[in-house]
Amino acid sequence: MSEAVVSTRIRLARNLKEYSFPVRLSADQAREIVDKVGQALRDCGIKFHRIDLGAIPDTIRVSMIERHLVSPDFINEQDGRAVFLSDDNTASIMVNEEDHIRLQVILDGFELTKAFTMADQLDNILSKKLNFAFHERLGYLTQCPTNLGTGMRASVMLHLPALQMSDAVNRIGANLSKLGLTMRGLYGESSKPAGAFFQLSNQVTLGISEKAAIDNLQNITTQLIAQEMRARENLLNKIEIQDQIHRALGVLKTARLMDHSEAMRLLSLVRLGVSAKLFETLSTDSIDKLTVEIQPASIMTRFGDDMSPRDRDIKRASILRERFA
Amino acid sequence: MLCQHCKKNEATTVVKTMINGKYTEYRLCSDCAHELGYDSMFPDFAADFGGLLSSFFSNALPAVSGATHCKSCGSTLNDIKRTGKVGCADCYDTFFSELLPTIRSVHGNTEHKGKCPDAVEYAVSEEQTEEKSDKIAQLKAQLKKAIESENFERAAQLRDEIKGLEG
Repeated sequence: MSEAVVSTRIRLARNLKEYSFPVRLSADQAREIVDKVGQALRDCGIKFHRIDLGAIPDTIRVSMIERHLVSPDFINEQDGRAVFLSDDNTASIMVNEEDHIRLQVILDGFELTKAFTMADQLDNILSKKLNFAFHERLGYLTQCPTNLGTGMRASVMLHLPALQMSDAVNRIGANLSKLGLTMRGLYGESSKPAGAFFQLSNQVTLGISEKAAIDNLQNITTQLIAQEMRARENLLNKIEIQDQIHRALGVLKTARLMDHSEAMRLLSLVRLGVSAKLFETLSTDSIDKLTVEIQPASIMTRFGDDMSPRDRDIKRASILRERFA
Repeated sequence: MLCQHCKKNEATTVVKTMINGKYTEYRLCSDCAHELGYDSMFPDFAADFGGLLSSFFSNALPAVSGATHCKSCGSTLNDIKRTGKVGCADCYDTFFSELLPTIRSVHGNTEHKGKCPDAVEYAVSEEQTEEKSDKIAQLKAQLKKAIESENFERAAQLRDEIKGLEG
């Protein structure tokens, strides 16, 4: 399964009853909410670090997006916004994004049930301390009506190179909406798929229980993986594809300049080769870690805030050479 | 039924439109639905929610509640239309009837199922709810029969029982 599923995410949207939604919130009220969430998390048994968005440099903010810890929208504004991160970065709670609380659990691999259980437990902890806005008929109330009901977005990040190469992805994407699911690029809403990585998530949150939505996603994902694996078998028999994969590894081992989109494209090909056991010494896990590490802001947080795009391309090429040597 | 566009294939998609208060329904095959852009219900949906909201509202649906603004946060219906964002939890009560058609079109449903903040054991309660609604449907059928056979005493009993279950 891990050959096609990179990671699993569960996100719950919650709002506090006694405050207006973020769109009509004053900066003081926003800060009050951050403090309240911090207090509610204090004795929960999991250690959380509070990061106020205004207090950290831009590169760290962007690198949090790259690691899927926060959404791109979240860092557009900084005043009165904070994120609480668990020690191992699996759980994060964005405060005052589109909703007061966006609680998220992210796990490696295909782990929907486990991720949901963790998110659900965290929600229970917060529920005891905070008064969530809830409507008998509409469920959890959210700033945007698209999240009403459970407020839950469950998603799996998929690597579908074979379906993308055979152009089946677009056809499948169009059909998924009929099943209450939606497929997007790597960083969520309106982002383009990079290196054949896609996010599949539930679209409907009202009128369907958390369990039913997760079962549905689990089911469709399993079918999608089966299709991807069949397509891979056909593709990998072709010498042209094998050639592309081996060349990709060759470039990763030797290049001196590498921009992000080229790196993603090559890593995607090598990942396909790894899952077909073409390269015994590499694992899909190590490739997945690399796809995170070689992103622009992640490089800058490690090697210096003042790097130009060219500096980053040099650094990226050297990281990749070293890793594939 | 055949597709009303190409008149060749079997229609599989129903497109419902409301333009200037006039309701129209088309039946299309999947090819024509795709060609006409009706195959995805949510094209760039979240990015354009405001647009969707205002397109629904501009269909001259009457303001049922008659409320001009939310007493808690001051939002007007126009604010919500313009931004695609609801101002606060109370707005959902204030503008309930105005928001409901949009909510229905987004989710295909307007009744929450799943977790409630007070009841953590919601997995069980969901099954109970289903059992309960089955029971209510049964009782309602009996009630209809009782009324038809003019057994009003039994009808009153059934009515109270249904009321109790519906809470």
